[in-house]
Amino acid sequence: MHRFANPARFLRIAAIIQPWAVGIAILSFGAGLWFSLFASPADYQQGESVRIMYIHVPSAWMGMVCYTAMAVFSAMGLIWKHPLADLMARATAPVGAAFTFICLITGSLWGKPMWGTWWVWDARLTSMLILFFLYLGYMALADAFDDAERGQKAAGILALVGVVNVPIIKWSVDWWNTLHQPASVVKMGGPAIDASMMVPLILMAVAFKAYWVLVLILRTRGEIAAAKLRTLRMAQVHAAGQTE
Amino acid sequence: MDTVSALFTMGGYAGYVWPSYALAVVVMAGLLVASIRSAHRHERDLDALQRLRPGRKRGRDQIPVSEAPHP
Repeated sequence: MHRFANPARFLRIAAIIQPWAVGIAILSFGAGLWFSLFASPADYQQGESVRIMYIHVPSAWMGMVCYTAMAVFSAMGLIWKHPLADLMARATAPVGAAFTFICLITGSLWGKPMWGTWWVWDARLTSMLILFFLYLGYMALADAFDDAERGQKAAGILALVGVVNVPIIKWSVDWWNTLHQPASVVKMGGPAIDASMMVPLILMAVAFKAYWVLVLILRTRGEIAAAKLRTLRMAQVHAAGQTE
Repeated sequence: MDTVSALFTMGGYAGYVWPSYALAVVVMAGLLVASIRSAHRHERDLDALQRLRPGRKRGRDQIPVSEAPHP
């Protein structure tokens, strides 16, 4: 694991992965949008509004996947003091926040015609809103200190404490009576969804994952360069202080 | 879906379906552009600073982040 903690090695591996992420994202977004908007049937109950699902559900998955990844990176940063792990946690946070935001708003846009309301304070919706606030809290905390390392530590602890929310989101529809429907893809006994709707769902999920990998690489590259800049500038100030 | 007009009306749900897709596109494109720009800006600044100090250049082109001074 330590072999991957070296920023130079990360940059070499990232340079190989990045074009693949771009290619996979473009192809799966193209195919995914085609199936989501044209080549899939309307739902027998929900009509064409079911097409919101192909944005809503993959972004909900990504909201939880990104948070889990952020917590794992934060744990690696806190336990083994991997600076790269901290940078990757920082780089993931805005992506997860963006997907959670998309999930909440598209859920609202789907809820209005189907449930007759934009919002209800039920377990699934509320726990997803908390996830969004956890992302915002993480980002605010990581940048709240003049000393980047302290901010990173505080934010990492928040990420680890907040990870308890992820299983709550996943099983909220089973543990409590909610307006939100229970799981129909990732559940015991296999998916209860027709292949014609499963195909666009999987394609969009792949597209979102590739998008995350791409943005994670770009943002981590930026964070590595920014960290080196800080180091060089501090060394400069230090050297200037010594020559006086 | 049969016709172009059916695509636009979305069976009466156009006001909910299209904003969902538009929001996803705007948020994801915005984050992507911001990430590209900030990565390029930091890498450009770093290049400029490293060119100013050629004497300090190390054997490897990378200075590990872990060498950041501890306060």
